Amino acid sequence: MFFDSDLLLSALRALTPILLAALGGAICERAGVFNIGLEGMMLMGCFTAVATSWFTGSPWLGVLAAALAAAAYSLILAVGTVTLRGDAVVLGVAMNLLAVGLTSFLLRTVFGVQGTFDDPSLAGLPLIGGLSPLAYLSWAAVAVAAVMLSRHVWGLRLRGVGEAPDAAATLGVSPAKYKYAAVLVSGVLCGLAGAQLALGNVTLFTENMTAGRGWIAVVAVMLGRALPLGVLLAALLFGLAEAAGFRLQGLGLPQQATDAAPYVVTLGALFLTTARRRRRIRPSSTGAAS
Amino acid sequence: MNNLTTTRIFGALRSPITFSVLAGVLIGALFLVGTGADPIAAYEAVLTGSLGADGIGSTLTTGTSVLGMALALAIPLRAGLINLGGDGQMVLGGITAAVTGLYSPLPAPLTVVLALLAGMAAGALYAALAALCENHFGVPLLVSSLLLSYPAVSLASYLARYPLKEPGSSLPQTRSLPDGVALPAFGDSTVTWGLVLVVLAAAAYWFTDKRTAFGYEIRMTGLNARFAAYAGVERRGLTLKLMSVSGATAGLVGAIGVLSFPYRFVDGSLTAPGYTWTGLTAALLATAAPLGTLVASFFFAVLQVGGLAMERTTEVPRELTQVLQAIVIVFLAARLRFPSRWFNRRKEAV
Repeated sequence: MFFDSDLLLSALRALTPILLAALGGAICERAGVFNIGLEGMMLMGCFTAVATSWFTGSPWLGVLAAALAAAAYSLILAVGTVTLRGDAVVLGVAMNLLAVGLTSFLLRTVFGVQGTFDDPSLAGLPLIGGLSPLAYLSWAAVAVAAVMLSRHVWGLRLRGVGEAPDAAATLGVSPAKYKYAAVLVSGVLCGLAGAQLALGNVTLFTENMTAGRGWIAVVAVMLGRALPLGVLLAALLFGLAEAAGFRLQGLGLPQQATDAAPYVVTLGALFLTTARRRRRIRPSSTGAAS
Repeated sequence: MNNLTTTRIFGALRSPITFSVLAGVLIGALFLVGTGADPIAAYEAVLTGSLGADGIGSTLTTGTSVLGMALALAIPLRAGLINLGGDGQMVLGGITAAVTGLYSPLPAPLTVVLALLAGMAAGALYAALAALCENHFGVPLLVSSLLLSYPAVSLASYLARYPLKEPGSSLPQTRSLPDGVALPAFGDSTVTWGLVLVVLAAAAYWFTDKRTAFGYEIRMTGLNARFAAYAGVERRGLTLKLMSVSGATAGLVGAIGVLSFPYRFVDGSLTAPGYTWTGLTAALLATAAPLGTLVASFFFAVLQVGGLAMERTTEVPRELTQVLQAIVIVFLAARLRFPSRWFNRRKEAV
């Protein structure tokens, strides 16, 4: 059987980090901050989770530290774009680069290894029903984000700040505060995504282990039109592609073909959905024309 | 006269570029102190290791790839377009050049030319695909070029590991190119004519940028896309043209990599050193200006090669230089600079 419960389970595992990061990206997008630093924030989360879990012996402290570290890291984006009015695209690219360099540098200085840190005594997250607790948390986060953005006054103000900052400011809502909050929330979610990747899906740290997942999350935000449920569907598509890829690899397809599968599927989905509504993409926030 | 010079010096110091580089070097020094190394000795090792007699050849070889990729990214960046698919375009250029070199029936010198052209064509076509994705499907270039990069790298990796693999070798690499199918090197060094080719490409970029109507259109689009469109610049056509040129340049870098030592396509050898990202950093630092890109590429090649020397002498991981590069760009992106009032006060004191 190609489609069975194992496949679904591994799809759900693959989807969790993407979903968490993409949810953060969606909240930023709604607040009018284009966040392509998701990849870097996730990677910072991966390293902090592994380092903290190893030194304290508690994966839970690892998760907490990852969320805090990635939130602190996300401040670069908040200060750079909101306060200093820098270029979000350039800043995001630089943050991704910085995270790769910084985590590799720390891997060498803290653990004295190059490439991969993999120790049997490193504690990973426990599994509940085959999934890490963060997987359940990510679904709860989708529900919370959906309700907040459509019903709660904070969510409505956040959207107001993203769509018409001047009007929001006139009504006494501080756009800067909401933008900072959105970026920090995305940092926390990316930190959790990183923790899931490094302590949930596997229990190790490898240089550049996010391997483009942050970018897939950026695409998931576009695919899902920055709606929490849309983002969930987009992330599910990616999760299925990755899981199916692993399965096909087991059936003898070369690894390179399955490595490429998620990107090809994502791109394909992007064609199908954006072709129909490309006029509605706001060029200012997607970076298509800047 | 003296006053004018001081004003100029302070002006240069206040430029975001100088500030970012200084900030990067300073924060790097803090990292060095943090790891227990002597920052002055470490930076000295970076400079002597990359510019000394032993290192300069290596710096120029690395510089060839960095400058090539920096140009590939600078050309569209001048119009405000970011091509993140450099890795894919470069690797396709490399593998295409390898196949051409291995199977071309022409005499060796002509094969070299053919392999270079084939590599450029492969890179250009693949980059054009990303441009078509933006033009016709509305997928932002930034995303389409990056996502397309992964399958290309996987494809080249597959080819080098299976159909084109050198028989009997345990390494993921193609057979060695036939004798003479190589870019001539200067003396005993690893520096090849590839350096001349990318410098010529930089010169061509400079000329186009400064002296032609096309270069003006590109810059105008970069400064204000709407105004440029109003003035009659056709954006889709421009995107397609710029991406093709950009991909061709990336493909050229890949082809040069294959036609230089080790004269074959080795899986990962083009992407692992991170030329694409270093090139992007250089192009961003120079805000894509032609001469600035040349200088910034050299600066980053020095950092990259010097990082290895620093690792040898001070045991500080070479990844530090990667951190340094990124910090420079973080500061630059945030447009940080010294507050002008601080300088005014200083000037009065002088």
